[in-house]
Amino acid sequence: MTAGNGRRVGSPYAPHTDADEAAMLDAIGVDSVEDLFDIPADVRFDDEFGIDSTDERELRQSLADLFARNEELTEFLGRGHHAHYVPALVDDLSRRSEFLTSYTQYQPEIAQGFLQVLFEYQSMLVELTGLPVANCSMYDAATALAEAALLANRLRRGASGHRVLVPEHLHEGRLGVLENYLDGADMEIGEYPMDDGAVDVDALSDLVDDETVMVYAESPTVRGVIEERLADIGDIAHENDALFCLGSDVVALSLLQEPASVGADVVVGEAGALGIGSAYGMGLGIFATREEYLRQVPGRLVGVSEDSEDMRAFTLTLQTREQHIRKERATSNICTNQAWVALRTAMHIAWLGPDRLVGVAKDAVTEARDLAERLDDLSGVKAPVHDRHHFREFVVYTDQPAPAITNDLAGRGFAVHALDDHHIQVCITEANADAADEFVAAFEEVA
Amino acid sequence: MNFDQARFSRDDVYEPLLSEKDSTTVEVDADGVLPDDLTRDELTLPGLSEPQLARHYTRLSQMNYSVELGPYPLGSCTMKYNPSFTEDVAGDARAAVHPDRSDRTVQGTLGLLHGLQEHLADIGGMDAVTLQPPAGAAGEFTGILIAKAYHEARDDDRSEIIIPASAHGTNFASAAMAGYDVVELPSDEDGRVDIEALDAAISEETAALMLTNPNTLGLFERDIVEIADMVHEAGGLLYYDGANFNALLGRARPGDMGFDIMHYNVHKTFATPHGGGGPGAGPVGVVEELAEYLPSPMVRETAAGYEQYEPESSIGKVHGFAGNWLVLVKAYAYIARLGDEGLADASAKAVLNANYLASQIDLDVPYGPFHHEFAATSGDRDAADVAKRMLDYGVHPPTTKWPELVPEAMLTEPTEVEDKASLDDLAHAFNAAYADSDEALETAPSKTSARRIDQVSAARNPRLSWQSLGDEE
Repeated sequence: MTAGNGRRVGSPYAPHTDADEAAMLDAIGVDSVEDLFDIPADVRFDDEFGIDSTDERELRQSLADLFARNEELTEFLGRGHHAHYVPALVDDLSRRSEFLTSYTQYQPEIAQGFLQVLFEYQSMLVELTGLPVANCSMYDAATALAEAALLANRLRRGASGHRVLVPEHLHEGRLGVLENYLDGADMEIGEYPMDDGAVDVDALSDLVDDETVMVYAESPTVRGVIEERLADIGDIAHENDALFCLGSDVVALSLLQEPASVGADVVVGEAGALGIGSAYGMGLGIFATREEYLRQVPGRLVGVSEDSEDMRAFTLTLQTREQHIRKERATSNICTNQAWVALRTAMHIAWLGPDRLVGVAKDAVTEARDLAERLDDLSGVKAPVHDRHHFREFVVYTDQPAPAITNDLAGRGFAVHALDDHHIQVCITEANADAADEFVAAFEEVA
Repeated sequence: MNFDQARFSRDDVYEPLLSEKDSTTVEVDADGVLPDDLTRDELTLPGLSEPQLARHYTRLSQMNYSVELGPYPLGSCTMKYNPSFTEDVAGDARAAVHPDRSDRTVQGTLGLLHGLQEHLADIGGMDAVTLQPPAGAAGEFTGILIAKAYHEARDDDRSEIIIPASAHGTNFASAAMAGYDVVELPSDEDGRVDIEALDAAISEETAALMLTNPNTLGLFERDIVEIADMVHEAGGLLYYDGANFNALLGRARPGDMGFDIMHYNVHKTFATPHGGGGPGAGPVGVVEELAEYLPSPMVRETAAGYEQYEPESSIGKVHGFAGNWLVLVKAYAYIARLGDEGLADASAKAVLNANYLASQIDLDVPYGPFHHEFAATSGDRDAADVAKRMLDYGVHPPTTKWPELVPEAMLTEPTEVEDKASLDDLAHAFNAAYADSDEALETAPSKTSARRIDQVSAARNPRLSWQSLGDEE
């Protein structure tokens, strides 16, 4: 159907001709489509929203105009959302419609391609964490952490309470999500102190008791600090029969101590550091754990089986944990997850290969160290604030008001994060390293 | 129609795993970067060239069905055509920003979020909308947390959520995660809410009733105003599960029916790239009285531009940052593309298609009249077998054996994007598979890249990584 101006009236994606529609109505035995709506008159909507239908060309232009209102800044921002360069191969192949417009693999025979990619993703996470079981994605690091705490609570082991211990330096988004997920399980959150940006292990030791179901630590931390005593933290948790949950990301995991080797029972964190770039906080949650907790794992798992010709084949498995079967007794309510992002991350990891992946991770250490040293040379500036090894990011002290400096830097084309009156956080990866010279020059002007 | 999938066979595998093509172990040498004891010793991953990877992923894509290859009539999952256009605009480089940018520097991003908040509120008849929940189930959980915060603010201690037996499993799981006991509601003999049973279930313990409308049988809950009154009189809230909202676009609004809270599955109702299982987005709309409890931050428009703010009694966060941004851009672009006329036409054609397809198949279709989907029954034939056989007729089969209200259910939702010829093909696949021999059903499928897969052995002997395959050898 077209209006006088040639523009289609109605949905541009509904393909019906007038003749088709008439034939279909005839077959159903009604006079008009309206007769098919079984909606009582008092709740029918007869008004308009006032949203004009816009043709594709016009809408593309108006969206481009809208996005042009975002200032073009080189971002030195991190704190849980990190941008690494995403190769063109990832964009190109992940957008093949067979991947992008497919659904959850409830009919495995016709979904082998995506199932194999997810199996490969799980396997890469197994390699990176050293833990034998990884699911094929959660929403983000925050929700994955919350799911880990719920898993620990279901296990309870020797604990008489429901407490989760987290670092006092925990990203506010992660803490907020954790609070919401734990509320319904009558769990509580305890914070343990940090010492110069790393876990205060002695203080933690005093806090862990038989009320504790899980101890959570991150490396790198939200301030970019690499923890040096992870094994000690794991021992403290285990001595008290609590789970040790380690938070990290896929790049850091390729270089830093393998979580299994420091006693981690669960690994959570961000996998979206590879695969999606800056997407306004959109992420991909890691969830890996030990074999013995397999049936407590939230979310989807892809396993190997055979088909009727004895050929290897992949399928979603252990679905009796999931809400569509177990309803209110499921391990989690997660259903739609981040499968396509997991596909992109797997492609990105594969594209890098082990050598270049480790190289990206080493760069995240050296670039951060070099940038901190250069900022430290500036008058009135101390960087890094914590005398630790850093990954990607670090905290800078400035004797000038931090919000004003942040503002001035934005005026010079750079985005950084003001933590408080005199602290700024700076993040550098290979994605913005080329701008380091100009960034230091701009910082010198404003500091 | 004769859709055949690619089948790449080498010995006993269809397409080798990346790890079977190459497995490279690199020593992780921390020299000069970090102390040795802070780094791992080695890392083993495939190390393939880009052309090798391009072939690997292209071959895998050819072993995967998608909505651009044919109909995908999964009931209650709403898989419709994904416009290339929305995908394209979501990739705009200017929109690829970090969530910690100051409001002033991301007016375009905040403008889009504000616009989507407003559009969704209008379309659902709600007063305020959060875009933060990253999926429909996350939206359910958010909505129930809002209900809980509302009751707690009134010192009204309530312990139960009422959910119809036919509801999505996520409803039950989300209610339980928020700490509520679930009261399951049986259906009436016409497939709708049993008013008497509801009356018996409602009490001063009722925090909310979660309802899908049209329900999972494709039936509109005609008594919705009475149901809303019953819940409200008892002091409870009415929650709308937006999974089936595609059937009502521009025709009826949850807010007008008396719902207090709803979630939108924007990946089902609007732009729909379901990405093999996600990402989605599950924005939540609420009436004015509940707006103060929405997650933080929200976006509002001021004289100086758009800004983020924290609602007065906010429940806090349900995602580490702002949710699934890319999905939200696609939803916004889709809504703006269709406008009033397009949205109303989408629901009209979705309903037309469901009723036409229901009229063309030989299987029994109880209940009715239908909106966007219907539950056919394969009677004494196994619905899962009929579904596997349908694959051989070149279509993706419907959802099977759910909802349990219909025995051997085949829950079918063609959506508005199929034309008459495509629906006739679907009907042919239904009818031919249903009429095939037992042997044909039990040995199906034969045209897919894998033959019938043994799902029991996958669960009995979990092998969840390529490392676990290595152990066997």
